[in-house]
Amino acid sequence: MRPFTFERVRTPAEAAAAAARHPGAKFVAGRTNLLDLMKLEIETPTHLIDVNGLALDKIEPTADGGLRIGALVRNTDLAADERVRRDYGVLSRALSAGASGQLRNMATTAGNLLQRTRCPYFYDTNQPCNKRVLGSGCGAIDGFSRQHAVVGISDACIATHPSDMAVALRVLDAVVETVGPDGSTRNIPIAEFHRLPGDQPHIDTVLRTGELITAVTLPKPAGGAQIYYKVRDRASYAFALVSVALVVQKDGTGRVALGGVAHKPWRVEAAEAELPKGAKAVAAFLLADAKPTDQNAFKLKLVERTLAAALAQAKGAQL
Amino acid sequence: MKFETPATENPIDQLKVIGKATDRVEGPFKTMGRARYAYEWHDVAKNPAYGYVVGSAIAKGRIRSIDLSLAKVSHGVLAIVTAENAGKLGKGEFNTALLLGGPEIQHYHQAVALVVAETFEQARAAAGQIRIEYEKAPGAFDLAAAKDSAPMADKITGGVAASKVGDFEGAFAAAPVQLDATYTTPDQSHAMMEPHSSLAKWEGDKLTVWTSNQMIDWGRGDLAKTLNIPKENVRLISPYIGGGFGGKLFVRADAVLASLGARAAQRPVKVALQRALMPNNTTHRPATIQRIRLGTTREGKITAIGHDSWSGDLPEGKPDGAVHQTRLLYAGENRMTATRLAVLDLPEANAMRAPGEATGMMALEIAMDELAEKLGIDPVELRILNDTQVVPDDASPPSKDDPQDRKGDTAANQAGKGKRFSQRQFIECLRLGAERFGWNKRSAKPAANRDGMWLIGQGVAAAYRGNQTTKSAARVRLDSRGGVIVETDMTDIGTGSYTVIAQTAAEMLGVPLNRVLVRLGDSSFPVSSGSGGQWGANCSTSGVYAACLKLREMVAQKLGVSATDAVFSDGRVRVGDRDVPLGEVAGSAGLVAEDAIEFGKLAKEYQQSTFGAHFVEVGVHVATGETRVRRMLAVCAAGRILNPKAARSQVIGAMTMGVGAALMEELAVDKRLGFFVNHDMATYEVPVHADIPHQDVIFLDETDPISSPMKAKGVAELGICGVAAAVANAIYNATGVRVRDYPITLDKLLDGLPDVA
Repeated sequence: MRPFTFERVRTPAEAAAAAARHPGAKFVAGRTNLLDLMKLEIETPTHLIDVNGLALDKIEPTADGGLRIGALVRNTDLAADERVRRDYGVLSRALSAGASGQLRNMATTAGNLLQRTRCPYFYDTNQPCNKRVLGSGCGAIDGFSRQHAVVGISDACIATHPSDMAVALRVLDAVVETVGPDGSTRNIPIAEFHRLPGDQPHIDTVLRTGELITAVTLPKPAGGAQIYYKVRDRASYAFALVSVALVVQKDGTGRVALGGVAHKPWRVEAAEAELPKGAKAVAAFLLADAKPTDQNAFKLKLVERTLAAALAQAKGAQL
Repeated sequence: MKFETPATENPIDQLKVIGKATDRVEGPFKTMGRARYAYEWHDVAKNPAYGYVVGSAIAKGRIRSIDLSLAKVSHGVLAIVTAENAGKLGKGEFNTALLLGGPEIQHYHQAVALVVAETFEQARAAAGQIRIEYEKAPGAFDLAAAKDSAPMADKITGGVAASKVGDFEGAFAAAPVQLDATYTTPDQSHAMMEPHSSLAKWEGDKLTVWTSNQMIDWGRGDLAKTLNIPKENVRLISPYIGGGFGGKLFVRADAVLASLGARAAQRPVKVALQRALMPNNTTHRPATIQRIRLGTTREGKITAIGHDSWSGDLPEGKPDGAVHQTRLLYAGENRMTATRLAVLDLPEANAMRAPGEATGMMALEIAMDELAEKLGIDPVELRILNDTQVVPDDASPPSKDDPQDRKGDTAANQAGKGKRFSQRQFIECLRLGAERFGWNKRSAKPAANRDGMWLIGQGVAAAYRGNQTTKSAARVRLDSRGGVIVETDMTDIGTGSYTVIAQTAAEMLGVPLNRVLVRLGDSSFPVSSGSGGQWGANCSTSGVYAACLKLREMVAQKLGVSATDAVFSDGRVRVGDRDVPLGEVAGSAGLVAEDAIEFGKLAKEYQQSTFGAHFVEVGVHVATGETRVRRMLAVCAAGRILNPKAARSQVIGAMTMGVGAALMEELAVDKRLGFFVNHDMATYEVPVHADIPHQDVIFLDETDPISSPMKAKGVAELGICGVAAAVANAIYNATGVRVRDYPITLDKLLDGLPDVA
């Protein structure tokens, strides 16, 4: 761990000002990911701005019938919120499928969106990784790639985004609200929030330097059956091989997003027109441009089959 | 005492304390945080500094240069140890690679430096400031690629590398029913809770190391050898150990580097190996490729049984003994086993829970399931049909320079053709297990049962593990208040050693359990068997038995009577009309007896083994291929069960580890870069609670007077042997998909599952 300075802020304006003063700064809240990465010198911020005092820990209704989730709402609290459980079941289920109880108690809504990939080459500082050190190469592409991305990849990076919550937010059309170091605010649709790796895999999101997430808003409830189906190698406490966030209406229309397959929650809205035709058609559309490795090619079939399971579950039917 | 003839009735047979399900005596210390582990002795070794280990960034090659200049001036740094400044070091007898590498690098994450600082954080920060330039050399990292050129190994644990009986090739070729299949098992990591940890303190040229080690005397010798100091100048203290599974059989880098760091910093230094270093820095269970050939009559009698195994290790390393049980478990006139060892530049391969049988049974017991299907015979019945009450393969005596047989008197597993088993209730385990599990409800036809989205199947496998016996000594003190103190360098790696030893002394001396204090894991105590190879409970309690027998004689002598006439009960000794409190006999000086159990020819005249049967039910998700174990049953025949509660805990732990081996555990090899990629607990997956269903364990009521005066055997490794195959067979029964490459992850099932999309 490199030496760093640390300060606590009380208001978003203070946070923005602090970020403006310290170009190498990082915000910290739940400390479930950034500190681990700092210990390994994967992240080396020179200044930490603790935003836990920002009073952004409320879940409030919005004027258009949705919910505004404060950036500091802990994953456990969000998953347990009655409104979330009733109206946004896919989100509650996705949250509960992630990490462990202890981590969910600490992890925040904004931090969950900003967690870094769990690629083992990213974590091992002896190994090449373009996400950690741009230009050093990718260890995973010709290495151990079983967990890695199959769509939206580049020659520089095949890392996945590890969040379950973000996949549910993607299918719910959430919006990320931010404040910049100059005090300006903006709303970023979740679809645009996470980036594909391209030739700059070291940049995960479209957040600008010093820009702080203040809330995530959900539009009014989507209704329908809401399923989050996460597939992994053990029953708990593991990242998804593949996950499916599904909202499906009585008439068979719906939305679907995937986790574990890309550098961001993977949703192709045009694919959703295929939902009434079944999982095979939707999966084929979603994964049309997939370029898997030998080790993770199984994910293509797994997506199709997991989606089939999720669709059956939504109908209360069996396969 | 020498144990040369089968045990007759003795005080243990009273079973007032032994054989009773007993809570572990050190449990309260552990729950209250008062059981100190290696890293926690700072009030004894005051003001310790912290060491942080730097592992090699390459798998093979040389260090061209190390630049310590920045690290040396980093905050709080007291010393930095490297091969350059450590002085001349030896290599432990039990180590294959050096524990401090440089300039030559033998494997990834081989320790190349220890940074010692005032705080852990300072040591870690300074470690990040060390600049090392490496010169990579090409290495061999792919077992499958090295397989065909791998030479025959010299030996395996407990025997020769290869064996032949009759005419295997001819009999196999002539057999009307044949099975010829190849199986693979991956590299596995022990992944115990407590990392390898040591706290070292020098007083002049005397070194004390509080450590976490299964084999105190081996460790003491090898630490001395590595540091080039006399063994008598080294004291190891290891009373509590947070799991070992074979990963702590030997001195590792933490102990050596803490010692060197303490010398350099002139302060006590403690080192806990960082979790991310453990899989590559320490030992692991090596991957195997195993070919099994079985030839039978049409009725299912095995006429030819062959087992070839390949594994890899560093130069001068050791093979996995996967063929071992194939010499002993099933009948058959014509037999062969062969063990080949490839040179690989991956980290050091070595023992992990039930080395040999754990991997061997993973393959052999799928093969038996496949054979049963070919024959149209129930897999339980096939095993019963091929039971043998005599040793079918004449494997030669164990090699004396094999670590697990190092102590000249260990007479482990070596067989002679026609030799009898001391006890063999294999059939009884299978029959009882089948009855309790409801085996007769299983469909012989695969993919025939469903529960909602889950395909349901049941599987069975044999359990087999050798019972090894080795010398073990203990000292027993009786004080004037009738209290008993037992001292031995035996270790408790979570197994229950404290408890079974206390039970033994209580039974032998007729005192309540709470009057016995057991002290373990200190090299100043008599040398015990240590913990490994499932020999610990039987051997160490037998050593305590011997010391207690001597103490009984001393008591009798003091009373002027014969020990055989004295009755030890309720803290008193009675002879005829005399009834004296034990403490009174001991007097103010107390009485001290020390003795060892030494095992003699019985271990050579009989094959001593433990047997069992594992039954497993799984559900496999029809769409995703996720496997969930639904229930498990183990039936074990392992001699007298000294403490059914502790033994059950050992077996359910082993069954859990077997589920890990079946479904998820695999050190992923990067065959280009030469290292285990998933080297932390997030990526090397072991079962979590949600993976493990209700587990039943049944112990047959058995005593084995050939094994020891305790009439007990080991059980902790028996519990893992066969489990993974039972899971694999259950998955086959559920799905009709036969997977021969462990772990059985869902990607290996998907192509064979019904169409659902």
